[in-house]
Amino acid sequence: MRGLERRDVMLLVIVAVMTLFAPIILNPFPANSAMAQFNAGYPDLMQRFVIFGIFAIGFNILFGLTGYLSFGHAAFLGVGSYSAVWMFKLLGFNIIPAILLSVVVAGLFSVVIGYISLRRSGIYFSILTLAFAQMSFALAYSVLGNPALINLTNGETGLQVYPSDPQVLHGASAPNVTNLFGLEMRQTCEVKLGGTASGLSGCDTHMLPGAFGETFWAFDFNAGYYVCAVLMLIVFYLSIRIFRSPFGMMLRAVKSNQQRLNYTGLNPRPYTLAAFVISGMYAGLAGGLMASMDPLAGAERMQWTASGEVVLMTILGGAGTLIGPVLGAGFIKYFENIFSKINDGVLHSWFAFMPEGLENLFVTLLHPFVGKGWHLTLGILFMLVVIFLPGGLVEGGQRIGRFAFRRRNRKGGEAEAEAARKQPAE
Amino acid sequence: MSTSRFTRRGVLRTGAIASAGLALPTYLRAEAHTGFTNAPGDSEVVLGFNVPQTGPYADEGADELRAFELAVEHLNGEGDGGMLNTFSEKNLDGTGILGRRVNFVTGDTQTKSDAARASARSMIEKDGAIMISGGSSSGVAVAVQGLCQEAGVIFMAGLTHSNDTTGKDRKANGFRHFFNAYMSAAALAPVLQNLYGTDRNAYHLTADYNWGWTQQESIAAATEAMGWETVNNVLTPLAETDFSAYIAPVLSSGADVLVLNHYGGNMVNSLTNAVQFGLREAQANGKKFEIVVPLYSELMARGAGQNIKGIPGSQNWDWKLENEMGERYVGTNAFVQSFGEKYGFPPSQAAHTCYVQTLLYADAVTRAGSFNPCAVVEALEGFEFDGMGNGPTLYRAGDHQCFKDVVVVRGKENPENEFDLVEIVEVTPTEQVTYEPDHPMFDGGDLGECNPGA
Amino acid sequence: MDAVILQFLNGLDKGSAYALIALGLTLIFGTLGVVNFAHGALFMIGAFCAVTMSRLLSLSHQVVDETRTDFLGNPMKVDVPYVNDWFGEATGALIIDWAVPISILLAIPVMLLVGIVMERGLIKHFYKRPHADQILVTFGLAIVLQEIIKQVYGANPIPTPAPEAFRGSLDFGVMLGFDPYTITYPYWRLVYFAFSVIIIGAVFAFLQFTTFGMVVRAGMADRETVGLLGIDIDRRFTLMFGLAAIVAGLAGVMYTPINSPNYHMGMDFLVLSFVVVVVGGMGSLPGAVAAGFLLGILQSFASMNWIKDIIPGIDQIIIYLVAILILLTRPRGLLGRKGVMEE
Repeated sequence: MRGLERRDVMLLVIVAVMTLFAPIILNPFPANSAMAQFNAGYPDLMQRFVIFGIFAIGFNILFGLTGYLSFGHAAFLGVGSYSAVWMFKLLGFNIIPAILLSVVVAGLFSVVIGYISLRRSGIYFSILTLAFAQMSFALAYSVLGNPALINLTNGETGLQVYPSDPQVLHGASAPNVTNLFGLEMRQTCEVKLGGTASGLSGCDTHMLPGAFGETFWAFDFNAGYYVCAVLMLIVFYLSIRIFRSPFGMMLRAVKSNQQRLNYTGLNPRPYTLAAFVISGMYAGLAGGLMASMDPLAGAERMQWTASGEVVLMTILGGAGTLIGPVLGAGFIKYFENIFSKINDGVLHSWFAFMPEGLENLFVTLLHPFVGKGWHLTLGILFMLVVIFLPGGLVEGGQRIGRFAFRRRNRKGGEAEAEAARKQPAE
Repeated sequence: MSTSRFTRRGVLRTGAIASAGLALPTYLRAEAHTGFTNAPGDSEVVLGFNVPQTGPYADEGADELRAFELAVEHLNGEGDGGMLNTFSEKNLDGTGILGRRVNFVTGDTQTKSDAARASARSMIEKDGAIMISGGSSSGVAVAVQGLCQEAGVIFMAGLTHSNDTTGKDRKANGFRHFFNAYMSAAALAPVLQNLYGTDRNAYHLTADYNWGWTQQESIAAATEAMGWETVNNVLTPLAETDFSAYIAPVLSSGADVLVLNHYGGNMVNSLTNAVQFGLREAQANGKKFEIVVPLYSELMARGAGQNIKGIPGSQNWDWKLENEMGERYVGTNAFVQSFGEKYGFPPSQAAHTCYVQTLLYADAVTRAGSFNPCAVVEALEGFEFDGMGNGPTLYRAGDHQCFKDVVVVRGKENPENEFDLVEIVEVTPTEQVTYEPDHPMFDGGDLGECNPGA
Repeated sequence: MDAVILQFLNGLDKGSAYALIALGLTLIFGTLGVVNFAHGALFMIGAFCAVTMSRLLSLSHQVVDETRTDFLGNPMKVDVPYVNDWFGEATGALIIDWAVPISILLAIPVMLLVGIVMERGLIKHFYKRPHADQILVTFGLAIVLQEIIKQVYGANPIPTPAPEAFRGSLDFGVMLGFDPYTITYPYWRLVYFAFSVIIIGAVFAFLQFTTFGMVVRAGMADRETVGLLGIDIDRRFTLMFGLAAIVAGLAGVMYTPINSPNYHMGMDFLVLSFVVVVVGGMGSLPGAVAAGFLLGILQSFASMNWIKDIIPGIDQIIIYLVAILILLTRPRGLLGRKGVMEE
């Protein structure tokens, strides 16, 4: 492909295949088995995987390449969401203007914040970005949502579309939900594989009824997900290009030794600012997509914990690697959505085959770690990953790979290792 | 995974076919012949209970979850049946809903609109939930209610007190049993008049977000109507933990009543701070200084400890209601009995509203003879019932708000045990707290059409 | 005028809490070079030492009282604290009343232990790792600690009142010749202020006037050289970590009567304390203290009504606004050194 080395093409193809078949890959367990709890292939979560993937890929362009640790990127995501919902309110439910505006507004916002914050480096930079983001959050939550003053954000409740909104471009026949020229974002086709009873029609299909007895698999193919997925592949391709470009090399130079860069007569500020704005636009895109999938924008999206989350995603996956941030995003969102839903009833149903005493023992042992204890599990896993896998999940993958293919030549499929190696030590 | 190779191949083929047919319209998991989202099968029906399990309201969420579990037990004919025995409708016989066993899934709202919607969507999209209930704040309730309206499932709100939930953000698929800020104000005002007279100057501290504003507006309007003056209204940041800077100027402001429009941790902290600053011992304008907290829950009272003593507030329900106020509130003891037997302590008002909402939904489905959300909406609109602990209650068709008596309470001076935190001062009858659906504080809302999904 | 004095006083009090928390944070950073996101959790653990102590002191056995009934109509079980049995009812009640100050005795050994275990068990392995890794691992630890506390004590705030003698407030206004009730301030907050000043002074004196402190200061300036002189600097740094944990823990213990402690109080303070430390200048102890007081006072003034009327919402953003202004005019905060945390 244009401008890419072979191993990058490999990586892109692998990611593309994984993304396009995610509805199948993420639903490996039969829908009527106890393990279905762990299936993640439903539209909302799949959309979140790719949207936060985009957010983290963008963040990685700044943090992974230049080493500037921003603690305020959630502000751009929030601003993107608000712009998108405003487009829905003013123009109509087509997502194109919404996404365009969200990227543009987030870009402008990041130019301002970046220009000021990049005057400092290290933790001083981090605190400046944090301060800007917290200010945006506080204002969006209260002052800017107060009908008595100026209601830009609708405060705590979140900005949403009301029937009384103008929606000037909204045609009479256009669907009353977010859509791409009529293709509704929430439109989902379900495919059932195996099983017996069938009530499916339209684009929903039923494959091989009875082939597996009662057991069946269900796969959701959601329009919104594929819109997000295609955009993610595009921005992923862009990020590979940036990583491999002279511009990317310049950013790495900023990370490894800014002073030396200064001595060669180069001013690093324009480069870092460009990286900051690009990553801000990625965040804006993610925010716009979030609003497009679900037209509500809440202020919590801008809180420091949300900014912290993308930092965690990136470092957990492997900062400075191409695929790492996407993995980290998936990891955290999986926990948030799957583990938090495991309650005692579910635990009991898993261990129902055991004698009662043993069943209760297992449920009691697992109880603190699932359901309302999902934070605990996540915290422990963070610590384990950081302690034992400093390069994040990507390093874990490499170690497994090295272990499995120890005797094979270190070629092919090692684009990641290469990317990681190119990172100068801090 | 010995069959994985075969399966995957089949699956890939399936995927290819499916993507070819992507452009054909369907809605979520709606199945064409039923005409609505997540139509249950013949053996079981799934309800989604979406409560805060992490974050500051986690304990309240845990109590809601207990109530939901109890309701499901009773619907499925386990346990002692609780309020099924006292409910004025006798359609529920312990065989589930319409002969289907009730199953439930739980999720964590984290008290954030985004997380709550994500969790609700996963219940609808993944688990096939036909009704979503729960929640412990108005922001979340409004967000999830909007989602349920779009997705075509019923939303039975949990604890949400803002006027907006059934005011400007009302939705046809959403129902609220809990009372609201307007009702609090209407119920409190006469009691405040009795306690503190008509010549008072009130100083409001208000949490700076939607719920705080609506409550402050309601309380100010109701107290001004009986002659009080509002000296000042100061908005406080939600994230604030130390309210000293806001409490300190109160005494020198000329006010003699402090109204705390705060909820949860905010309220616990601001009340604790106010008591520290000696407001309760102070004199102003020749009168004893007083503090009012228009809405507080049992858990907040427990968090505030000693400081809650004597503080008036309003509640949707209290577990002592039937014992102290008589037969009218039948159902209360039946619920307290089965809840207390199971968990060892009395239920909170959040637990009560969630339990009642679940039963009301089940009953509406049974009366309608269908799980179709539009049929359920029709069954609930204008529905009058009794025996659920609040006395005779109406689910008004115009805005899907329940109208019933409001309990006015005070923090108890000498609690007999750790659950006995408040004493009932008065029960304000329904008529006094009723308003028109287009009352200015609720105006601008539009229920819209009920949405069955498909 | 009285309002300004009042907010100034309140700012000093707020500031002393900020300064105390920031002090421990910057102590760890200055000595060990570690960015400790679990510092808020240490503060929280300190607060829960007070909760534990008051629970321990009011540990009771149940006596069935046939004359009264519980909410289900069964005979009521009345709790009788053991201290009442041992010391008689009056002394017993007094001991329970003084639970918060008494829990300092519990908090010191507990926090020292927690600090040393944390440093030896986890932080030690992260000295050579990038700051981002330190942030991540200590953040993970903070989540784990707060979730454990939540599982044990629940999410609801737990009231831990000050001793009876310190409830209520002092009327300053009368002393200064104003009308009664114009400037009043709670006794316990005054106690907290005095306590903070003493602790801050003690830490400074310890570093300034003891040999141990001198070595630690030398180690902060040049760790390797001190090591070459044959001094076991690692052990001293471990103790410094323990000391910082004690400072955070005591701040937590004394804070409990001001606000009922809950499991996320540490996170609530975390961002704020980082802002304080950075505004003061990374690794600078006097800087942290100065910044704590500065931000506390400014925040108090920003919440005054007439200022809020001019700029709505200023009280929500003042801290961040000041942080931005200071960092733009003084690149390394108020008293920061060049080259620290700038790479």
